Amino acid sequence: MSAAMLAVENLSASYGAARILYDLSFEVGRGEVVALMGRNGAGKSTTIKTIMGLMAQRQGHVRFNGRDISGLKPFEIARLGLGFTPEDRRIFVDLTVMENLDIGRQPARSFADGTPAPSWSPEKLFALFPNLAEMPHRLGGRMSGGEQQMLAVARTLMGNPLLVLLDEPSEGVAPLIVEQMANTIVELKKEGLSILLSEQNVHFAQLVSDRVYMLEKGQIRWQGTMAQLTENVDVQRAYLTV
Amino acid sequence: MTLSAFLFQALNGLSAASGLFFIAVGLSLIFGVTRIVNIAHGSLYMLGTYIAYSFATKIGGAIGFWGGIVATAILVGVFGALIEIVLLRRIYRSPELFQLLATFALVLVINDATLWIWGSEDLLGPRAPGLRDAVEVLDRRLPTYDLFLIVIGPAVLLVLHLGLARTRFGRLVRAATQDREMVGALGVNQAMLFTAVFALGSALAGLGGALQVAREPANLATDLVAIGDAFVVVVVGGMGSITGAYLAAVIIAEVKAICIAVGVVDFGYFTVNFSKLTLVAEFLVMAVVLIARPYGLLGRAQGQVRSIAEPEDPIRPATPALKMLAAVAFALLLGLPLLAQSSPYMLILGIDVLIAVLFATSLHFIMGPGGMHSFGHAAYFGLGAYGAALLVKWLAAPMGLALAAAPLVALAGALLFGWFAVRLSGVYLAMLTLAFAQIVWAAVFQWEYLTGGSNGVVGVWPTAPFDTRVSYYLLTLTLAAIGVLMLRRFLFAPFGYAMRAGRDSALRAEAIGIDVKRVHWLGFAIAGGVCGVAGGLFAFAKGSISPETIGVGRSIDGLVMVLLGGIQTLTGPIVGASVFATLQDTVMRQTEYWRALLGGIILLLVLAFPGGIVGALEKFFSRWKTAS
Amino acid sequence: MSDLSIRALSKAFGGVRAVNEVSFEVKRGEFLAMIGPNGAGKSTCFNMINGQLAPDSGSIWFEQKNLTGLAPREIWRLGVGRTFQVASTFGSMTVGENVQMALLSHANEIYRYWRPAAAMHRERALALLDQVGMREAADRPSRELAYGDVKRVELAIALANDPRLLLMDEPTAGMAPRERNDLIALVKRLVVEQGISVLFTEHSMDVVFAFADRIIVLARGRLIADGNAAEIRDHPQVREVYFGTGKTFARAAGAAS
Repeated sequence: MSAAMLAVENLSASYGAARILYDLSFEVGRGEVVALMGRNGAGKSTTIKTIMGLMAQRQGHVRFNGRDISGLKPFEIARLGLGFTPEDRRIFVDLTVMENLDIGRQPARSFADGTPAPSWSPEKLFALFPNLAEMPHRLGGRMSGGEQQMLAVARTLMGNPLLVLLDEPSEGVAPLIVEQMANTIVELKKEGLSILLSEQNVHFAQLVSDRVYMLEKGQIRWQGTMAQLTENVDVQRAYLTV
Repeated sequence: MTLSAFLFQALNGLSAASGLFFIAVGLSLIFGVTRIVNIAHGSLYMLGTYIAYSFATKIGGAIGFWGGIVATAILVGVFGALIEIVLLRRIYRSPELFQLLATFALVLVINDATLWIWGSEDLLGPRAPGLRDAVEVLDRRLPTYDLFLIVIGPAVLLVLHLGLARTRFGRLVRAATQDREMVGALGVNQAMLFTAVFALGSALAGLGGALQVAREPANLATDLVAIGDAFVVVVVGGMGSITGAYLAAVIIAEVKAICIAVGVVDFGYFTVNFSKLTLVAEFLVMAVVLIARPYGLLGRAQGQVRSIAEPEDPIRPATPALKMLAAVAFALLLGLPLLAQSSPYMLILGIDVLIAVLFATSLHFIMGPGGMHSFGHAAYFGLGAYGAALLVKWLAAPMGLALAAAPLVALAGALLFGWFAVRLSGVYLAMLTLAFAQIVWAAVFQWEYLTGGSNGVVGVWPTAPFDTRVSYYLLTLTLAAIGVLMLRRFLFAPFGYAMRAGRDSALRAEAIGIDVKRVHWLGFAIAGGVCGVAGGLFAFAKGSISPETIGVGRSIDGLVMVLLGGIQTLTGPIVGASVFATLQDTVMRQTEYWRALLGGIILLLVLAFPGGIVGALEKFFSRWKTAS
Repeated sequence: MSDLSIRALSKAFGGVRAVNEVSFEVKRGEFLAMIGPNGAGKSTCFNMINGQLAPDSGSIWFEQKNLTGLAPREIWRLGVGRTFQVASTFGSMTVGENVQMALLSHANEIYRYWRPAAAMHRERALALLDQVGMREAADRPSRELAYGDVKRVELAIALANDPRLLLMDEPTAGMAPRERNDLIALVKRLVVEQGISVLFTEHSMDVVFAFADRIIVLARGRLIADGNAAEIRDHPQVREVYFGTGKTFARAAGAAS
């Protein structure tokens, strides 16, 4: 088995006096789409933020593309090729679509074995997100929630990442946009990107992910392939419950 | 006055506008990205004038002057970068108030450092080589240097504007203005970006100060004057907007120029000297703009600042232990006159401390539970003090009546100013309250006939039976205790809860029928009234009152007292005021460089004890409890 | 008889018509869902009804009273409760005090300066918390609550003034599927018991189809559909602008096909 793109070892995080994550260990392989699932407050977003270096109090190790990135600052982590799309999108509302993309721009990079990573330009991204191509000079603040969600992903891709952390891509957007987002993730996987996403919507996760880690109260309670989860109604009921 | 004289003044106004723009634009840029209101920005401007003076006189000639101006801008920029790296980086995540206080501490330190290096004399630089002449404009002579200033302001605006709109650095600055954490998560080194912005903003301040070297002497009072101007310009123009800063600079400079041009006007029954009203005019412009456009001419509502400050615990009634402690403290204070027989100074200190306690507790009432960070609480202290003193001076009112009037005068002032202030929040509220305090200060300073101007009102002594030190001390103790307990009672009553509800979430409070502005307005007025009592007591304790005792310094002292004790606790302001007033009366009197000392204390407080004394004690005890 | 009547409501932002001549009614005791794509104008519409935004034109009537242009607190006093998309409480108070705050306001006792508030309306607050299953937490600081519990407390606050209409902006946003169903089932039970009408926006189609009496659909600022679950599900225009193929909420789509 080839070394994982992202390996999380005994990761813990706290917020003030409250401990939120307990000794999480998991992996994302190269070209794999992995879903972190669980109820609200289970620790999915915190896990992603901790990997990205955005939580002040953290213990444990995170290895990315063969390097230990624990303790690095968010910008240093981003410069190693780890992309991050936050759940609340955080588009720069005073900047146009093109300017938003420019903020995310980073040089092209390669995987540890020397193969070049997929690289992105605004033109290529406009092909992936035709909606954005119609409004290159629109201000971020004048876009709908769904359009902002796409811009947020596109902005992350401008950094030519090797792996993308997608926090709740289906939260708070209309079903039609959720569907487009699912199609996009499948496209990105074909390009060779690895993706770690946090998700509550099991239907969405089924459309895109290879494997699943189920979180509850900051701990991993179950792991398996997407197919195993689909069959295992007990696990769905216990940790997600439709 | 002729039309041409009027136009000529307007032209003068434009050159003054360039000066204001240079002071303000850096402040605005820095605030936009770092969200820090750098009160020390005026100090950087002042340093600019001093450094440029040294270049121009030590090296001399065109190189010393013009090269010196450029070198000054660079030096001040580097100094700004150092400030950012050494101090501000540690407090980006601190509450807004702490940032304001930390930068105010820098003002004190830089001022004393300048005094130490350049001395206390005003230093007038040489005239600008190559621009010593004047040109004939509207039958008057306009110095070519002024013409140069008129041009350079808009030129710098244009360069900055293009830089922000067209370059990647500009895009990063604009993006970071909105969400700096996200910019970091996209691979941008924020620390470098912040330092760069701070250096740029500081360099602009240095440049502005340096350009003044040929017009005005370097002066140690420039720092507070400049920051006052900068606040007004930035708030009027809109925080973070550089075009707004220029627009506001022009409006304010023109209003001032026109006031001077109008001069003395006879209205029949009385005459008004408009040229003396420039300070008031400036702040009136600001008040009007803020009421019509709360975020300034070209500003916009600030995005939610992601704060990680720990939220406050629910308030609980005093525990038996605390009640016991309070009773013991009160008994000790009652017994102080017995102790003081051997050292009479103890009673003076006791009165000072009690007045400070009342002052700080009333400020805490609106700052803590009300969430209104007033930077101008001295106004209500001053209104109380002057209200009482003027009654004695002009109507020979007895002390009882004068003391009773003190809170009423302050209450009236607080009702008026508070009505405007509660429409704003955050740094805007801080600046508006500061502006109102400046108006009160300017009024008593400039209205010489009524108030005695800078000499103040003298001969305000207590009458029998309070004409002995012991009895006046006991009166102060009684009134302070009543004031503190009353405010505390209010906080536990529905009104206090409503005030906190409005602070915790104004939107939600409105959604359950609470008129948040009205509640906060009343809270503001109550605090003002109680503060007026402190002012009245002060006037009679000292026998006099003068403008310098009700200046910006006193407002800041109040903030330091509240933060020293801990803003999130109800006993904090009492402890903070006691400690601070004692320090002020003892340690700080001993040194010429007391400003630097006070600055050092504030910095220590901000960096080491962000929760204040009481907060630190509570943390210590809760840890001790969980450990045992 | 209708409780809430929206007539030709319009609002534009910088030339963009966020809400365009929207009219609809909520009948007494009705559970009405408003759905639509992001940017369709749902929030704008909502904020005009609750008084946070003033409409450019059109009017809002509640029990024959004109609400147009009233402040949120005035609308609340007429018997309209609301919950927020991002739930929050008064963080410096206990759970019980949060509800007491609303009760104090309802009783017009805000401007009282002497009697300690903590003892006022305590029993009623506990009873309201009991209804939403949060009585045990009454003395905990509200900021320590889990998000799902905050939503419940918010509901108790909203019920404190005995409202006859509840406005709920995305009541289940940020909640897991089971919590969503539990919360909406609770709301439904309470409103049926007390005869309250509800207008809510929602993105979870499972919740909408399971609980709403009627559904209205907004798209690009206009009302494009109005009907029961079955009618909306099969509405071609709604499918086009909102549902897509429906594979991301398989249950509802399965029921439709």
